[in-house]
Amino acid sequence: MNRTASSLGKDLVGIEGLSADQIVSILDTAEPFKEISERRIKKVPVLRGKTIVNLFLEPSTRTRISFEFAEKRLSADTVNITATGSSVVKGETLVDTARNLEAMRIDMVVIRHGSSGAARFLAERIPSNVVNAGDGSHEHPTQALLDLLTIRDHFGKIEGLKVCIIGDILHSRVARSNIFGLLKLGAEVAVCGPMTLLPTGIDALGVHVFRRVEEAIEWANVVNVLRLQLERMKAGFVPSLREYNRIYGVSTARLKKAGPDFLVLHPGPMNRGVEIDSDVADGPHSVILRQVTNGVAVRMAVLYLLAGGMPEQAEAAKQGDVG
Amino acid sequence: MSARTILFQGGRIVDPSQGLDGVLDLLVVSGKVAKVGKGLEAPENARVVSCEARLVLPGLVDVHVHLREPGAEHKETIASGARAAVAGGFTSICAMPNTDPVIDSPATVGFVAAAGREAGLARVYPVGAISVGQRGEQLTEIGELVEAGAVAITDDGSPVMDSGLMRMALEYSRAFDIPVADHPEDMGLSRGGVMNEGLVSARLGLQGKPNASEDVHIARDLLVAELTGGHIHLQHVSTRLGVDLIRRAKARGVRVTAEATPHHLLLTETSVEGYRTDAKMNPPLRTEADRAAVEEGFLDGTLDTLATDHAPHHYDEKEQAFDDAPFGIVGLETALGLLLTHFVEAGKLDLLALVERMSLNPARAFGLKAGTLADGAPGDVTVVDPELEWTVDPTAFHSKSRNTPFKGQVLRGRAVLTVVAGRVVHEL
Repeated sequence: MNRTASSLGKDLVGIEGLSADQIVSILDTAEPFKEISERRIKKVPVLRGKTIVNLFLEPSTRTRISFEFAEKRLSADTVNITATGSSVVKGETLVDTARNLEAMRIDMVVIRHGSSGAARFLAERIPSNVVNAGDGSHEHPTQALLDLLTIRDHFGKIEGLKVCIIGDILHSRVARSNIFGLLKLGAEVAVCGPMTLLPTGIDALGVHVFRRVEEAIEWANVVNVLRLQLERMKAGFVPSLREYNRIYGVSTARLKKAGPDFLVLHPGPMNRGVEIDSDVADGPHSVILRQVTNGVAVRMAVLYLLAGGMPEQAEAAKQGDVG
Repeated sequence: MSARTILFQGGRIVDPSQGLDGVLDLLVVSGKVAKVGKGLEAPENARVVSCEARLVLPGLVDVHVHLREPGAEHKETIASGARAAVAGGFTSICAMPNTDPVIDSPATVGFVAAAGREAGLARVYPVGAISVGQRGEQLTEIGELVEAGAVAITDDGSPVMDSGLMRMALEYSRAFDIPVADHPEDMGLSRGGVMNEGLVSARLGLQGKPNASEDVHIARDLLVAELTGGHIHLQHVSTRLGVDLIRRAKARGVRVTAEATPHHLLLTETSVEGYRTDAKMNPPLRTEADRAAVEEGFLDGTLDTLATDHAPHHYDEKEQAFDDAPFGIVGLETALGLLLTHFVEAGKLDLLALVERMSLNPARAFGLKAGTLADGAPGDVTVVDPELEWTVDPTAFHSKSRNTPFKGQVLRGRAVLTVVAGRVVHEL
């Protein structure tokens, strides 16, 4: 298969392994695909005849559905496997799952897994294209791509922007993928959260660390607010939800320090009144629903490119309307 | 003359117990060392082994191996582990008690000892548990374990978290003159960790274990050993502060011995890149600064004992996502080659010092009749070809397991003949 220099290769397991050119070409490819979702009949034959397995071995609703929409809008045949009701609960190992998928001659696997490195593990063992839909605390590349697209839509660029990720950085795959992607595209990146939820060595990745959310908001053009995973509280990472909201919550009062052109992102699902107040989530700075819309376009772009599509032919590809 | 009579002729005999390093002959008669000297005559019916250009060492001793029997014989059995040991030049090995069931009763201690004798390869010394079921609650019947053949006690695999229990173990064990070995790890600080905590874990999104989880526990063990006068043996030390704490404790007279493993001497956390489960071990591979400190401690004798922490796992258990794979690597068949190549040939350590750390010191630490070629000592001998180049090929291991991060490494120096009580148990 002929591929241009900016093609993705076989798999998308993380942003860390992508070049800036590859990231930009995914974002550029997503642009024309956005329009497909606006049509009355939201379907093009780009992946007709391709079989895709959505292997979601950890609970997920929005990411799985977003991938499913992307696949269906590109006319792929899809099968969903979830943790409950799959042979995995019966003790099947990931390598056996991989071998079985391979034996069924599927074309692509979209995998969500609770262990860091699981997507790469699968990618190294099967010839099908593998897309990481979140592996443990490692990466969630399509989430970062849709965040990048949403930021670029608004500012027309990424380079030179200041982006702060606020919340549980330690356990967040979204944070890591965002950090890698934003830095590659020339943004300044910071993190802010309780020190118990910042990984040791995070500053060595090239990010600033803010201890106070007020300072982070004053500094940033964009804040990406992460969900406080409630189980973290039980594990003693933060004393209480109430305190978390009081000290780290993104509230309207705190946004008064923000500049006039300021974006609030959140990968969802939100804990309203914990990490983000409702009037911020629903307010003028919020692009949270735009992220969801962009998510489908970005995932269509990734699947299209992994299937051998060319970024420069994306516009043409979407013309083959069927229905 | 018995078949257990051998004359090792013209080899370079390296025996730190006698300060010996020279080309000499060694005579083993009826399974015991009879004489070391020049121009020794072979008794009638003795086997004569020409050892020209070979090293003749007191059999190597590994005080930290996991044999998995009873309970996980698919990974290793006492016999397969003993076979791997002699192939690697080890004539005495100490079997950790974290089996299923745990080795916490005279019966289970006896089982390990008997299975070791039956295998008839390396000498297999059982190590009993400190606490019943290794649950960290109640002391085992330590005296009875020792009577049944246990040479030490440890809850290895897990640390003893209760400092009071550790105090009791160290005090009680003094009557039996055995070491209390401990896996130093504060479980609260290492909560959920699967590798070293630092830049690499931050990037890979893997939960880390900080150095402090080990340092805190080493400090605790040293202080309790000092309080009780018991002999603490610290297993697989991996941190720079840990080495320093032990160095300072030794200087003030605390009864402590300590291990360095080949992997902590040679590898760092970067080996985990790519989620390589063969580099997943506990304690984890740490930073270059830690590795260098472990090396320094090994060279200056602070870490007086080389131990492999041989931890066999079946291939499909390691063939998993990193979080799900078990900790540990096999070590019996690679340790000698790794140390000869990276320490002796590299000019960091002389042979006498290496043999001290791989034979004499571990034997002394665990009170084993081994580690010396003095007259009357057991005829346990390892003959090494120091020039033999070989490639680490896990498929050729005698161990039932293949999990090693050293696969494909070209090493120089290998045991070509291993003799236990005058019997040849391995010959290349």
